[in-house]
Amino acid sequence: MILAACLVLAFLYFGMRPAAVVPGRFQAAAEVCYEFIHSMAVDTIGPEGAAFFPFIFTLFFFILAGNYIGLLPFSFTFTSHIAVTLGLAVMVFLLTVIVSLKVQGIRFFAHFMPAGASMFLAPLLIPIEILSFLSRPVSLSIRLFANMVAGHVMFDIFASFVIMLAGFGVVGDVFAIGPIAINVALVALELLVGVLQAYVFAILTCIYLREAVAH
Amino acid sequence: MGVMMKIVRAGLLATVSGVSLLVMAAPGAHAAGMPQLDFHNPLVTGQVIWGAVIFLGFYLVLSQIMLPRVGRVLEDRSKRISGDLDVARSAKQDADKAVAELQQARKDAMAEAQANLQKTLDAEQRAADQKLAEINARLSAEIADAEKRIAAEKAQAFGTLKEIAADTTQALVSRLTGVTPDAQLVAQKVDGAIAHQNI
Repeated sequence: MILAACLVLAFLYFGMRPAAVVPGRFQAAAEVCYEFIHSMAVDTIGPEGAAFFPFIFTLFFFILAGNYIGLLPFSFTFTSHIAVTLGLAVMVFLLTVIVSLKVQGIRFFAHFMPAGASMFLAPLLIPIEILSFLSRPVSLSIRLFANMVAGHVMFDIFASFVIMLAGFGVVGDVFAIGPIAINVALVALELLVGVLQAYVFAILTCIYLREAVAH
Repeated sequence: MGVMMKIVRAGLLATVSGVSLLVMAAPGAHAAGMPQLDFHNPLVTGQVIWGAVIFLGFYLVLSQIMLPRVGRVLEDRSKRISGDLDVARSAKQDADKAVAELQQARKDAMAEAQANLQKTLDAEQRAADQKLAEINARLSAEIADAEKRIAAEKAQAFGTLKEIAADTTQALVSRLTGVTPDAQLVAQKVDGAIAHQNI
């Protein structure tokens, strides 16, 4: 995790060191990251999103760096640990609740009763809404955790096929090319999944924060 | 949102169960099972706490130092670009003004040249008219002179004619009658005849 944080910081530091008006490749990449998250935060949350932008940025790049570091051989994927992802999700959840209470006050609790719904349905709807609200951190954390674990389990399984096939002699050696090829393709898939999950985590945080800030 | 959530949750359930099936299907590959689900491990607490600490540190460094730096650079650039655009716009305005001035000057010069040309043409016309008038006057004077001369010549010719007529009459009369008439009488008669003929 320290490595991930340091990598992102180094990327930004060395990228932005020239601080040139016309950016080089490295600086342009750092700026693209900045503007990507900035537009995501502002577009999704609204004008208030600028205040949450550093938080979203931290979240996105913490997860992205964790996912990508995990793809390197002999490394450790901290985002595949439910303790870490749940910690992040609970932090987002608490932030959402605090912001909601601060911005909307007591009216925050009115959201548990959907507007326009019949009063007869209230005993049914309110528990459903509360449950759906409380399940946010769970879904947020398990989504990331499960995706990372699934990816690595796939690597593991196909790698174990190679070892199994190697036990069958020359024929096995030839057929072992298949699982290796699949594993190479899986690395590409995991690169996609890594950025996608970081994006999903960040955009869902943005959506929750918008609900907290709006109204 | 709720429907999407349900779909996502169903997908998650499928993923998790699929993962566990896969783990079971590959015995030995995952000797330790899923260590991250062993919540009795004291390392879990440390993981959470250190995760939070590192995340906080990361957040602070990013929000206080790194991101403002990036933001400053971007802001500088946009400011500079808009400044450059302003400069370019004002330069364009100046150029437009210069072009307009140039056109105005050209138009003025053209008008002036036209006026000069017109003036010169008028002067020439006037001079030519004057000369023509002079020539006309001289010519008419000459014509008048010539007419006068002609009239004089004519009068002289008439005078001579009278003498010839008188001479001829005297000769005719003396030949016809044999008597030489009185020259004065003949001249008188010729004059009368001429007056009568109104020559």
